[in-house]
Amino acid sequence: MSLVLNEDQLMLQESARAFCREQASVAVLRSMRDIKDPIGYPKALWQSMVELGWAGMAIPEAFCGYEFGYSGLGIVLEETGRTLVPTPLVSTVLLSATAINLAGSHEQKSLLLPAVVAGGSVIAFALEEGSFHDPLMVSLSAVKTADGYVLEGEKKFVLDAASADHLIVVARTAGKPGETAGISLFVLDAKTHGIVVKPLSMVDSRSAANVSFDKVVVSSSALLGNEGAAWRALERTLDIARICLSAEMLGSIQEVFERTVEYLKQRTQFGVQIGAFQALQHRAALMYSEVELCKSLVRKALSELDRGDAAQDIPALASMCKAKLSEVSALISNEGVQMHGGIGMTDEFDLGFFLKRARVAQQTLGDVLFHRDRYASLRGF
Amino acid sequence: MTKTNVAKQGNTNLTDLDSFRADTRVWLEENCPASMRTPAPEDEVVWGGRNAVFKHPDSKIWLDRMAAKGWTCPTWPAEYGGGGLDKAQSLILAEEMQRISARPPLVSFGISMLGPVLLEMATHEQKLEHIPKIVRGEIRWCQGYSEPGAGSDLAGLGTKAILDGDHYVINGSKIWTSYADKADWIFCLVRTDFDVPKHSGISFILFDMQTPGVTTKPIKLISGNSVFCETFFDDVRVPARNVIGRLNDGWTIAKRLLQHERTMISGFGLSSGRNNRAGLTGSLELTAMKYRGDTGKLSDPALRDQIAQFKIDSEAFAFTSQRSAQEAKLSKGPNATSSMLKNYGCELNKRRYELLLQAVGTQALGWESLTADASDFAPEELAVAREWLRSKGNSIEGGTYEVQLNVIAKRVLGLPDMTSMIVKQ
Repeated sequence: MSLVLNEDQLMLQESARAFCREQASVAVLRSMRDIKDPIGYPKALWQSMVELGWAGMAIPEAFCGYEFGYSGLGIVLEETGRTLVPTPLVSTVLLSATAINLAGSHEQKSLLLPAVVAGGSVIAFALEEGSFHDPLMVSLSAVKTADGYVLEGEKKFVLDAASADHLIVVARTAGKPGETAGISLFVLDAKTHGIVVKPLSMVDSRSAANVSFDKVVVSSSALLGNEGAAWRALERTLDIARICLSAEMLGSIQEVFERTVEYLKQRTQFGVQIGAFQALQHRAALMYSEVELCKSLVRKALSELDRGDAAQDIPALASMCKAKLSEVSALISNEGVQMHGGIGMTDEFDLGFFLKRARVAQQTLGDVLFHRDRYASLRGF
Repeated sequence: MTKTNVAKQGNTNLTDLDSFRADTRVWLEENCPASMRTPAPEDEVVWGGRNAVFKHPDSKIWLDRMAAKGWTCPTWPAEYGGGGLDKAQSLILAEEMQRISARPPLVSFGISMLGPVLLEMATHEQKLEHIPKIVRGEIRWCQGYSEPGAGSDLAGLGTKAILDGDHYVINGSKIWTSYADKADWIFCLVRTDFDVPKHSGISFILFDMQTPGVTTKPIKLISGNSVFCETFFDDVRVPARNVIGRLNDGWTIAKRLLQHERTMISGFGLSSGRNNRAGLTGSLELTAMKYRGDTGKLSDPALRDQIAQFKIDSEAFAFTSQRSAQEAKLSKGPNATSSMLKNYGCELNKRRYELLLQAVGTQALGWESLTADASDFAPEELAVAREWLRSKGNSIEGGTYEVQLNVIAKRVLGLPDMTSMIVKQ
């Protein structure tokens, strides 16, 4: 299995990088923050990305996708991570489209996926109920009625809920929080009566919201997959999203590392470039080693995903990625600020955006502690 | 790559490779003794040399048969006794040997370090003199690099070689010479010019350890006995023709050779995450559970988290080694990562032993003694203490951790070189 990018992938990387540098730099995120944009991502820019095919890269051709694979999607995410451009990729493409593709009926896929590929649709994924990622602790209830279900409960930290046309809701049709059996997925029109979206203001300036469900009535056709049996599809969805989110984090990590090394070569104190000081050189060399490990893990996991049904060890690979990338993301963002000195603390300089995004990305879909714990269980200890 | 090699690769088409594989399989089947198809215990590893030890009698038969075909050094040219195989063929040989779990017939510094450098830099006559004896395991080599006053600053070495007629007279001493007391010849860095910057006055010279004036003394390490020695040279007379490469150009050769050594050492880390070792070092997590009486889940959450972190790093390191090898194949700069791999591999090995001490507790801290009751500590528990202590040397030998970080900072990241500023001043 190749862990090195091929010609096609290098071309994709080059074009995605050029696009992000020219049209989607950190300035985009800065202006979204400054104008307190309620949507949280630039709509016109997102449409340009959709035209480049970014929304449909991992979606099957049967549903108008491009089947370019997760390695390709990972390359794009790395580049968006380098400029921190906010997009609905995580909510809509990584989470919701994957869940629909894995759990949905042919009819549901035909209805929802082409709209994602074409960019008309943003679908939020309502999973978390507490302040820590814990996909088993689902207590939002879906009670069966004669011709459907009634949903009751609260969801936290739902990405892009404010702009979503649809929501996928992880609900409990049976069992207790902590159990795998009894978890069901529902896809709802975001305007369904009883849904209240309360936007949050997060440190990374991306769009997230708390969403409450007050006696929300849905028909049976809202159910994705079989009632009470969604855990397998949910877990695989989360693993795919964790690996792809790690690719985005890899981009941010590399960007901060490269900017920092560049700064060490430019900044002069005591008559020399500060990069000549061994105290900084050794820390930079250690960071380099960690970044190389991150690259290998992400490449390995993405190419394993691309083996489709033959893919092996995906849960452990996903947890390795998210644990390691979260750890290194903290290291690089902290060292980046420290090595930049005072200028790294100023809002005018971009580095703070990377630090803030790093922490939110670290928590999203499980932090380092969650994933080391999960990895240990998967490896039998 | 030489022209002949390219031509060879071009000619070796798929059918030829298939028949090479078939022939190799048959030959190994007929010639590899059944007893040599098991992992070799440390005392059965064959190092060759004038006083070669063949603890297992079949190991001599196996060595002689492989050496006759040049397959102890499969890719070395046949005119110097090597196997003359191209890369694809040698890969097939390795695969076929692995298939039957055949032991390496011969392990030596001649094969892993000196040979590749001689093939690249020595004269035809020098190759004829030394390479065949390395292939056949007749001469065992040791490395004379570090000195008491020249460790990380290796180029500051002071062992002198003064020309006297057609001989050099060598005076000085070396340290950390692995197996000097068992080696027949030494490849040695000596100072041949005293009036130039330190890197420019070093030569690379070969000589017989039986030459009058050479003495060795084993070094006892914190882990107990070791393979390391101190080596002393007192008016040792060495033919001038034994200099390899140009006079005073020894530093170039020394660096080349160190690259081979680093690649060898980084292998330590690759095996440190795997669970295929004997004894307690086999599986860190299972050992930790066993000593706590745990079933299913390791009861100490802090140790569990640290072991998980260690194992994730080990797996990521293995993927990085794979990626580095793939990049090297596509010739995208193989050496950018060699210092990083050496360092990370050594640190992983050290972390493994620190975690093992935590996993086992005081039972891992016993020391062999004539008066102790043998039932106090099991042999594999005593081994943990020794191996833990020995692992501390991983980040010192072959270029220290700090020196490797300097190399990464300057060569890979392009950060400015403060030491060159100091030297200039």
